[in-house]
Amino acid sequence: MSYTIEGKTGPWELVIGLEVHAQVISRAKLFSGAATVFGAAPNHQVSFVDAAFPGMLPVINRECVAQAIRTGLGLDAEIHLESRFDRKNYFYADLPAGYQISQYQHPIVGRGVIEIEGADGTTRTIGITRLHLEQDAGKSLHDQHPAKTYIDLNRAGVALMEIVSEPDLRSPEEAGAYLRKLRTILRYLGTCDGNMDEGSMRADVNVSVRKAGEAFRTRCEVKNVNSVRFVMQAIEAEAKRQIAVWEEGGVVSQETRLFEPGRGITRSMRSKEDAHDYRYFPDPDLLPLILDPAWIETLRADLPELPDAKKRRFMAEYGLPAYDAGVLVAEQASAAYFEAVARGRDGKFAANWVIGDLFAALNRTGRSIETSPVSPADLGALLDLITDGTINGRIAKDVFEEMVASGEAPGAIVTRKNLRQVTDTGAIEQAVADVLAANPDKVAEYKAGKDKLFGFFVGQVMKAMAGKGNPALVNDVLRRHLA
Amino acid sequence: MSLIDLTLAQARAGLRAKTFSARDLTAAHLEAITALNPTLNAFITVTPEIALAEAEAADRALAAGTAGPLAGIPLAIKDLFCTEGVRTTAASLMLETFVPPYESTVTAKLRDAGAVFVGKTNLDEFAMGSSNLTSAYGAVTNPWRRAGDDTPLVPGGSSGGSAAAVAARLALGATGTDTGGSIRQPASFCGIVGMKPSYGRCSRYGIIAFASSLDQAGPMARTVEDCAILLGAMAGFDPKDSTSADIPVPDFQAACTRGVKGLRIGVPREYAAPGMPDEIAALWHLGRDILRAAGAEIIDISLPHTEYALPTYYIVAPAEASSNLARYDGVRFGRREDGADLIEMYERTRAKGFGDEVKRRILIGTYVLSAGYYDAYYLRAQKVRSLILGDFTTAFARCDAILTPTAPSAAFAQGEKMDDPIKMYLNDIYTVPASLAGLPAMSVPVGQSQEGLPLGLQMIGRPFDEETVFAVAAEIERAAGFSARPAIRAGVSA
Amino acid sequence: MPLDPATVRRIAHLARMHIEDDDIPRLQTELNGILGWVEQLGAVNVEGVKPLTGAADMALRMRDDAVTDGDIAEKILANAPERAGDYFVVPKVVE
Repeated sequence: MSYTIEGKTGPWELVIGLEVHAQVISRAKLFSGAATVFGAAPNHQVSFVDAAFPGMLPVINRECVAQAIRTGLGLDAEIHLESRFDRKNYFYADLPAGYQISQYQHPIVGRGVIEIEGADGTTRTIGITRLHLEQDAGKSLHDQHPAKTYIDLNRAGVALMEIVSEPDLRSPEEAGAYLRKLRTILRYLGTCDGNMDEGSMRADVNVSVRKAGEAFRTRCEVKNVNSVRFVMQAIEAEAKRQIAVWEEGGVVSQETRLFEPGRGITRSMRSKEDAHDYRYFPDPDLLPLILDPAWIETLRADLPELPDAKKRRFMAEYGLPAYDAGVLVAEQASAAYFEAVARGRDGKFAANWVIGDLFAALNRTGRSIETSPVSPADLGALLDLITDGTINGRIAKDVFEEMVASGEAPGAIVTRKNLRQVTDTGAIEQAVADVLAANPDKVAEYKAGKDKLFGFFVGQVMKAMAGKGNPALVNDVLRRHLA
Repeated sequence: MSLIDLTLAQARAGLRAKTFSARDLTAAHLEAITALNPTLNAFITVTPEIALAEAEAADRALAAGTAGPLAGIPLAIKDLFCTEGVRTTAASLMLETFVPPYESTVTAKLRDAGAVFVGKTNLDEFAMGSSNLTSAYGAVTNPWRRAGDDTPLVPGGSSGGSAAAVAARLALGATGTDTGGSIRQPASFCGIVGMKPSYGRCSRYGIIAFASSLDQAGPMARTVEDCAILLGAMAGFDPKDSTSADIPVPDFQAACTRGVKGLRIGVPREYAAPGMPDEIAALWHLGRDILRAAGAEIIDISLPHTEYALPTYYIVAPAEASSNLARYDGVRFGRREDGADLIEMYERTRAKGFGDEVKRRILIGTYVLSAGYYDAYYLRAQKVRSLILGDFTTAFARCDAILTPTAPSAAFAQGEKMDDPIKMYLNDIYTVPASLAGLPAMSVPVGQSQEGLPLGLQMIGRPFDEETVFAVAAEIERAAGFSARPAIRAGVSA
Repeated sequence: MPLDPATVRRIAHLARMHIEDDDIPRLQTELNGILGWVEQLGAVNVEGVKPLTGAADMALRMRDDAVTDGDIAEKILANAPERAGDYFVVPKVVE
C-alpha cells in the first residue's frame, strides 16, 4: 500500500530525491593542509588556500579521494577511472574564492544502490545517481550583531561527498529509512561520522507531488536539513504546501526553500532569489583525476563487512531473527560487541542479553557501546555462568546490574556475594518443607484446586533461599510435596 | 664599465672576484631607480632598505663562501608575485593596501639563490593588457624613443615595468609573467630578452592569477645567458602547484652554447599573413639567414589554425579571469566599499576596485561561461585550442624549433590603438599560439625599426625543451649583435 | 548574438559589478565588438575534437593526508577590511 497525502481533490503521491552532503573523515582539508577537527576557535583552521588569498592553489588530498572510492564501493557503485573538478561560480560571504570546487560533469562515482527496509520488513532498492567530491563552504553567523554577519572559514575547504539519490523515494518514512541506512553505511566504511548535530551530514531534499500515474511535476529543493526527523517533517510540510498550491489552481515554481522546524513550514530563500547561473567550467588549477585500478582493488579488499551482508550472516550464522540482526548491525560497534559475546555461545541467547539488558543499561547510564561498563568478555562469562547452572536467570539479572555499577567480573561477584545456585536437594527439601509447614491454609486451597498458588510457593521457597535455588529443582520438589 | 651596464653573468663574476661588493652593486641600481623611476614609472614599490640589507647579507655569504648562485644580484619583481611583508598590488586599486603574509615559490627560490629584490614593477592591471596603460598606478614609459621624437612610447605589457626597468638598467634582470605574450612582447618593445617557459616549468604558487591554464612566470634580462641563469633559479617542481611539472631542471646556461648545427627550424607560413609590415618581414628573414648560416636547416611548416588563436585566447583567458577575480570581494583582503547589504557591498567594491579593461574581461568571461552560451563560446574555444596544440605537435614532428616575429610592430605611443580593444589585442597575435599550447617561447632583440626602435624575434620549442630555445636564441643573439641602447637609461641624463 | 542592455546588466550583476546606466551603451558596443570578433571560431570544424582544458599534459598529483597548515588566524585576518575578534565581518546577510 503506497503512501499518499489526501488533498481536496483526492490522494497525491510524493516524489522525493535526496542530495546528502557527507563530510569526509580526513585529517586535513580536500585541497589544503588545514585541519578538519570540529569546534576550533574561529578562523584557526584556515590556510591561505582556504581563504582564497591571491595566488593560492589547490592540491588534492589522497585520503579524501580514497574515502570517496570506498564510499562508492560501499554503495555498489561504478568508480570512474577519470573524473574532473569544476568550478561552481557564485558569490557568497562564506565562499572565499567566489567559486566552489566541485565535480559537475565528471563525478568520481556513478550509479549505485541502497537497499532500504520498510516498517513491515519489506525491502526496496533506491538508486544512487552519483557521488562527487566538493569543498564545504565556511560558516556565516547572523546572530552575533544586529547589522552584521560574521564569517568563520574553519569549515571552508573541508571535503564533502555529495551523494545524490534518484527520485525513487515515495514517503517521508522511506526518506528517513534511506538517510539512516546511508548513515550506517558511511559509518561502517569510516568515511563520514554521520553526526548530523555537528553538520557532518546534511540533506537537500527535492520534493514534488503528483496524481497517480502522472509524470513528474515541478520540484522544489529544501536546503540544508540537518536531522532525519526534520527531513521527514520538511517533506510532509513541503508536499502539503505544493498540494495546496496545485489545488488552488496555482503553479508550483521551481525554487530553493528553507525548512523552519519551529513553525513546521518551508519558506522561500531570499538569498537564493537570483536565477542561478553557476557558470561551471573545468578548474584550470587542477588536472584530471586519474585512478589506478589496482589502487581501487586494494581499497575494495580492505572494505569492512557492510550492514546488509552482516545482517544476512548474523541470521545464518547465529540463527537470529531479521529484527534482532537488524538492530545489532545498525552500529558497527554493537555488531562487534554482539559477535564477541556470541562467539562459541548460543546466538539468540546472546542477542537477547545485548539488545535487552545491555542496551537498557547503556540507555539508563547514558553510555555508548564503545564505553560500555560491561565488556563483551564479562557479559559472555555471565552467560556461561547461567548456562552451566552456576547461577540462575533471576540472580543473573542482579549480577548484571552489579557489573554495570562496579565493572566487576561476574564470577567475582557471584563468589563474593555467595550467589551460586543451590542444587543441593537436601537444602531444597528443607526449604520446601518449611514453607509448606508455615502456610497450611494455602496448601489446603491449592489442593482444593487453586493451581495458581504454585507460583506463590515457588516465590516463598526462593525467598527463603535468597533467590539462589535452582528453579527447576525447586519446582520438582514442590510438585512432589504438594502431590 | 659602470656597475649598471654589466650583464647578470658579468656581475656575478665580479662579485665572486670581489671586484665590487653586492652592496655597491645594489646601491648603484637603487640610485638609478631614484633617478629614473619618476620618468619611467617602472616600479610601483621600491624597497631600498630591504634591498640593501639583502645585499649586505649576500656580501657576508660571498665572503663566507656560502653564496647562492644569484647572491647579490639586484632583480626587479613584477608586482604580480606575492612577496611576504611587501605590498603586492597587481597594479590594481583593489589590492592597494594588500601585504601578502606569504611568498611566491618563484621569488622564494630567487631569494634562496641569494638575489636582491630592489622593488615591485608596474604592469597592466592584473596582467591584462599589452601596453601597461591599464595600471592603476599610471602608465610605464618605454625607455626607448623614436629617433628625433620625444613622444613617450608604451613598453608593452603586461610585464612592461619589468621590461622597462631592465632596459633602463634599473635592475640586472626581472621576473615577468606571460599569459598570452606578457613577457615576450614587452621584451621586444624594450629591446631585451624575455623567456616564457613551458607551462608547468615554474610554479604558479603565490603569483596572482589571471588565467590559470596559461599563466607562466619567466625571466627578463639583457642577454639570453642571463635569462638562462635566472630561469635555472626560478624553475622547478613545486608540490604546492598541481600543474607544476615534476621533471628535472636542466642546465639552461650550458644550452646557450650548444649552437644550432643540424637543427631544423620551422617557419610557419600562416604567420606571413598579408599586412605584416615590411620591416618585420625583413627581420624575420634575417633570423632565418642567421640560423641557416650557423648550420640549421630552415623548413617551411604549417600551423593551419593560427588565425583562430587570438579569438580562442580572448574567450579562454577572460573566462578563467572572471572566476579567478571573484575572490576580490572586499571580505578578507583588499579594497572594500560600503554597501547597504552584502550584494551592494560586492558590487560597489568591484566597480571601484577594478579598472575598465579588467571589468571588460570579467564581463566577457562571465558571459561566455553563462548558461546557454558555454557551448558556443567556451567549449568551442577549448576545442579550437586542442586543434592549435595539434598543429604544433604535427609541426614538431618535422622541426626542432619554430622561428617567428615576436610582435607585429615596434613600441607604439601612449594613446595609439586605444580606440578599439581588439586593435590592442592584435599585439599578441604571434605570441598567443605558443601560450595556448603551453610551449616554451622566447623573444630576442634582433634589429631596429626605421624609427630606431627595437624589434624582437620569437623562437618556440617543444614542451619542456627550453634548452633548444636557448640554443637558438643565443645563436641569433650572437649573430645579430644587437647593441643599441635606449635613450633613457641610467648613467645618461634623461 | 548581440547583447542587449538587459543582458549587459544581467552579466554585470552575475559578476557582482555595479555599472552606471550611462555606461551601458559603451559597454554594449565594446562587448558586442569583442563577441562579434571571437565568433569567427564558428567557422572552425570542431567535429569530434576533444576540448583542451589546460596545457599541462599530466594527471592530478595527490598529497598525503597530513595537517601541515592553518592555525595562523592573525595572518588570515591581517588584511581584513573589517573584523570582530577572529571573525571576518560583512553587512548582514538575510537568508
